Amino acid sequence: MGVPVRPLTVTEEIKKAKMPRRQKGPRKGLNYFFTKCREQKELLLMSIPFLLWLFVFKYLPLGGWVMAFQNFRPARGFFESDWVGFDQFKFLFQDQRFLEVMRNTLAMSIINLILGFVTAITLAVLLNELRQIGFKRIVQTISYMPHFLSWVVVAGLVSSALAMEDGIINVLLLNLGIIDQPIMFLGVGQYFWGIIGASDVWKSVGWNSIIYLAAITMIDQEQYEAAEIDGASRLQRIFYITLPGIRSVVVILMIMNIGYILESGFEAQYLLMNPLNMDYAENLDIFVLRYGISMANFSLATAAGMFKTVVSFIFLFAANKIAQKLGEARLF
Amino acid sequence: MNLINRLKGKRRSVDDLIFDSINIVIMLLLVVVMLYPMLNTLAISLNTSTDTVRGGLRLLPREFTWYNYQHVFNEAQILRAGLTSVLRTVTGTILGVFASAMVAYTISRQHFFLKKFVTITFVMTMYMNAGLIPTYLLHRELGLIGSFWVYIFPTLIGVFNVIVIRSFIEGLPETLFESARMDGAGEFTQFFRIALPLALPVIATVSLFVAVGQWNQWFDVFIYNSSIPELSTLQYELMKVLSNSNAAFNSGAGAESAFAASQSGVIETVTPQSIRAAMTVVVSVPIIMVYPFLQKYFVKGLTIGGVKG
Repeated sequence: MGVPVRPLTVTEEIKKAKMPRRQKGPRKGLNYFFTKCREQKELLLMSIPFLLWLFVFKYLPLGGWVMAFQNFRPARGFFESDWVGFDQFKFLFQDQRFLEVMRNTLAMSIINLILGFVTAITLAVLLNELRQIGFKRIVQTISYMPHFLSWVVVAGLVSSALAMEDGIINVLLLNLGIIDQPIMFLGVGQYFWGIIGASDVWKSVGWNSIIYLAAITMIDQEQYEAAEIDGASRLQRIFYITLPGIRSVVVILMIMNIGYILESGFEAQYLLMNPLNMDYAENLDIFVLRYGISMANFSLATAAGMFKTVVSFIFLFAANKIAQKLGEARLF
Repeated sequence: MNLINRLKGKRRSVDDLIFDSINIVIMLLLVVVMLYPMLNTLAISLNTSTDTVRGGLRLLPREFTWYNYQHVFNEAQILRAGLTSVLRTVTGTILGVFASAMVAYTISRQHFFLKKFVTITFVMTMYMNAGLIPTYLLHRELGLIGSFWVYIFPTLIGVFNVIVIRSFIEGLPETLFESARMDGAGEFTQFFRIALPLALPVIATVSLFVAVGQWNQWFDVFIYNSSIPELSTLQYELMKVLSNSNAAFNSGAGAESAFAASQSGVIETVTPQSIRAAMTVVVSVPIIMVYPFLQKYFVKGLTIGGVKG
């Protein structure tokens, strides 16, 4: 059915949208526009309500960014609040806490990014090598399960597994003789990034492997047969055929994820955070929540949120440019 | 020469055997790691609280009881939250999938003169986020705060879902639509009579995505409706139990109170740990029962859409 396995990228979306129109003749001007409106009023009726929805819920809030340049008071509104230029941003970058928050955000998102890629690709490759089809299917189904659990549930499972008394991790480590005192994992800040990374892998490794597995099945089988005749071992086939075969998918997903570099997740951190590990757990999203909702400092929270979106865009474009320079697939 | 090849072949098959065995062991470990936490929780939920606090419970309950579930289902607040969860999941899925499918249909029509404009305005929002505060203020202006509809409208259409459905409809044979047009069918008829029924597999996938998202959501309850018990959801109730019992867990208060209760002659009692386990099972089971049946579809849907969910 012409199902493209390589991910459709934003550029392709836009290119597809740009496909030449069939109509000849005058294409510009209000006349053309109104004629088309009349001709296709049903399609208009079907799309305009949702365009309005999109405008209200996705584009209109962007106007709220003016708050970042104001000393916004809800009572005064956008028009009456005092303008302060870049003062909110200056305050942010001089704030010790904000710098810590940035460190946590970057650390957790880089750990999640690398762990996520490595584990998902590894799982896809290993699943692909399984010869028992029934077993493979069972493993796949089970590995998708955590993706469907909420973070509330996962955070509960993680904190039980890590509990001091009778938590499975402590029990295993004690019985294996690796430690002789149970560790209070969630009470030590230094462990927090690792805990988040591991939880994230547990939740999403199976799900993330789907796309790589699909890419692997697109690799030409003759390559494997030729390699086998030449005496290549299983590992050699993995490293010289499978992995290079999915490189473009990996690069595209990598670029897309680099755009989310300041998106280290919110729910996991928020739900597993406690006063003991807070210095390592608080990321940008929690910072925004704390300043915005709890302390009602709307301007500062908006500035922090705006900073996040802008940096994400810069990273997205930079990664795309680098991939282009290296002659790899790119996003747009 | 022949002999060397045979030896090579033999060595290769031994290598293969080792590789396969290691692979199977890794996969079995993975299965254990994925399943253990849920099975352990299930065991705790079916075990008496007083026995659970003794520790050492692993995969099977030692003192079987339904009491934890009875306790959970006897609480009016939890029943009410369950009802809200079901309502928001059903409403959100029906409206959301319908809206996404309609948008997807319009931008799958090559002759639609706004195709490009609509596609780009939708896709752009995948990379834009105004942030928590501007969004909060907007919802307040719209009067959504303190209302059920804050669960439905802001997340009505998922752009990713639109793209998945669009790709599927574009893959349908154009002749179907053409012959319908010859018979005088308008766009609405083509949408309801041709596109929607034929896109059922992808509609099922997207429905699963939307339903899971709605069912698992707790943050919008927390931000917008935390003071309104009628609008609480199961996930939010579980979240409250979790944060309460975390505090108790760390100090060992849960165990002590259960011990005290068992000493004072109360026959059956529940600890936050047991309630949490029972609630975890209650909120997770509906999804765990459904997703394996849709596996074939969502794997395909994810591959079509490409972007990571």
